[in-house]
Amino acid sequence: MKSLLAPGHRGCAGCCDAMAAKFALMGAGEDCIVVNPTGCLEVMTTPFPETAWDVPWIHSLFENAAAVGSGIEAALKALGKADKAKVLVMGGDGATLDIGMRSISGAFERGHNLTYVCIDNEAYMNTGVQRSGATPYNASTTTSPSGKVSFGNPRPKKNMPAIMVAHGAPYVTTTSIGYPKDMINKVKKATEIEGPTYVHSHAPCTTGWGFDTSKTVEVAKMAVQTGLWPLYEVEDGEVTKVRKLGKNIKPVEEYLKMQRRFKHLFTMEGGEAEIAKIQAIADKNIEEFGL
Amino acid sequence: MAPENKLDKSKMVVVEGSYAVAHAAKVCRPNVISAYPITPQTHIVEDLSQFMADGEIPNCEYINVESEFSALSALVGSSAAGARCYSATTSQGLELMHEVLFNISGMRLPVVMTIANRAVSAPISIWNDHQDAISQRDTGWLQLYAENIQEVSDMTAQAYKISEDKDILMPSMTCMDGFILSHVYEPVVLLEQDLTDEFLPTYEPEYVLDPKNPMSFGAFADPNYYTEFRYMQEQAMQRALKKIEDVANEFYDVYGRYYGGLIDEYRTDDADIIIMAMGSIVGTIKDVIDKLRDRNVKVGLLKVRSFRPFPVEAIKNVVKDAKVVVVLDKNISLGLNEGALFTETKSSLYNTDIRVPVVGYMVGHGGRDIKFDTIEKIVAEAEDVIKTGIKIESQFTDVKEELL
Ligand SMILES: Cc1ncc(C[n+]2csc(CCOP(=O)(O)OP(=O)(O)O)c2C)c(N)n1
Ligand code: SF4
Repeated sequence: MKSLLAPGHRGCAGCCDAMAAKFALMGAGEDCIVVNPTGCLEVMTTPFPETAWDVPWIHSLFENAAAVGSGIEAALKALGKADKAKVLVMGGDGATLDIGMRSISGAFERGHNLTYVCIDNEAYMNTGVQRSGATPYNASTTTSPSGKVSFGNPRPKKNMPAIMVAHGAPYVTTTSIGYPKDMINKVKKATEIEGPTYVHSHAPCTTGWGFDTSKTVEVAKMAVQTGLWPLYEVEDGEVTKVRKLGKNIKPVEEYLKMQRRFKHLFTMEGGEAEIAKIQAIADKNIEEFGL
Repeated sequence: MAPENKLDKSKMVVVEGSYAVAHAAKVCRPNVISAYPITPQTHIVEDLSQFMADGEIPNCEYINVESEFSALSALVGSSAAGARCYSATTSQGLELMHEVLFNISGMRLPVVMTIANRAVSAPISIWNDHQDAISQRDTGWLQLYAENIQEVSDMTAQAYKISEDKDILMPSMTCMDGFILSHVYEPVVLLEQDLTDEFLPTYEPEYVLDPKNPMSFGAFADPNYYTEFRYMQEQAMQRALKKIEDVANEFYDVYGRYYGGLIDEYRTDDADIIIMAMGSIVGTIKDVIDKLRDRNVKVGLLKVRSFRPFPVEAIKNVVKDAKVVVVLDKNISLGLNEGALFTETKSSLYNTDIRVPVVGYMVGHGGRDIKFDTIEKIVAEAEDVIKTGIKIESQFTDVKEELL
């Protein structure tokens, strides 16, 4: 399959965002127009006068990608070109769960025919690993650092897929760059469904999370295998498909110890009890989705 | 000589200002309209919605966005995808768009937006002044100010023609005074579809988001490149100075109506005192001038239609033989105790041999009425300036001391 994201971009070695964008484009195909808000992906792929994008691409601001996508979709309709291009919005977790939330909510409520892919690396990476609404419980970031009296980020991840389901989107799914085929197929399906569809892709960031640049895919897989990141599809409000883990469910500890952002849980007093709380988050997912 | 404005009385209808603007937007054949209601702009978007509901705007999508921020953001996408785009807003809505305004002009997207000028909060005020648009003066949008409903309606078609010119490609704000023009009923000639089609060609952009020919819009520019983008925007602004004049004349050729190009003049030929202002207040000023002329006070008006680009040469030409220039501003640059038109007029004259005194008055904030008396008092003070020089360079008018 041809990659529509050219090699030679300026992402870190082992960059999750680059993989996510590449897989999303493989799913969407070349007849798409990409909207990409501010973040690592935008900055590393378009240093003027170069561009890594082999499809039409537009960046505007950090917080308005879904609105820009709405506009493109409306223009294609008005100009009688709606069958010529799909609108694919790709934004980081900050752009999606935090600052761009209203614009996404508006676009989905209005029912624009577009696919929104959230590339969730669980923090603001482009500005240097600050916490976002997608940062998991107890992760240490530069604005939620662990310290003498802190285990890091005090709140669990915002459940964005559930919020998108609540918008009445015909298709909402979670995926992970650890499972490229899964991601490519889901993006393909999403772009083929009429109406606003949402794909939330987990994307471990080597720089922000602190793991070896060769381990991006391994870490991604482990998040799924512990139950911390369940892979499922929701169509018209009903869960229609879940990736089962069977007997191979791994303890969260295995996932946590791969990453520097959770290191303090293994050295600080009381860390064990905190790890148990994270295990409880995974257990709840396992039960809820019947993993 | 400026062409004479020929209004065909037989075609006149009495409509609300907002309706005239909405109708003008309609006959300009927009492909995407995206807007959010805010007083006193609301009637424009309501009228457009009704046109849509009645199937009167072909090949057009109307996006009912959830905020002004998204209203303009959507137009980033639609304009880049090749659509002719329209929006309208005011005050808080315009301020909320601030970041996107830069974005649109930086990407050279020729969006046209009507501003029903209104004061900004706090304190909250729905009434007219120019603070909202003036606060956005450095965002790279053309800013045209209209005197009356006929002018703002006609300005809509002119703005598209200017903005979409391949040598310009800069977005435009057409500014009308909130309530004073937006909610008033006046006899006007609505823009005719056939004449507008003749005047305004369909928008055929060179650069579009198209999978057949992929391009990247809004790339990341490091210090090696950023300056040149700004430089090119400024060059386009400078070219717009001539374009605005040309388009005003082309408009006259098709419709027979003319309101000035960058500026307009009223009884300035032999004027010792020249009053400068923008927007609907110039109507009042003209009446005061007529009254004072009857008393042999040599006073004239310089109406500024284009605030961005700023018509430096045109202004110099008009004020060079005056004995005093009085600038009225419905805005203030807080911390300088001056309105923007005043500051920029002064700066236009500084490095020249024109040594005319310039004084500024800040008037009509938050919708305060500007009365005949006020303007007459200002002219009387200007006569003193001619005799004794400047005592107060810039000041508020009609401040209620008892409320301070
Ligand atoms: C209005 C605004 N606020 C802040 C920023 C600074 N900023 C740029 S990118 C970014 C974080 C991006 O995070 P995310 O969306 O998660 O993408 P990532 O870089 O992690 O892939 C921030 C805070 C900005 N560009 N605009
Ligand atoms: S910080 Fe993370 S997301 Fe950003 S370029 Fe590096 S690996 Fe990619």
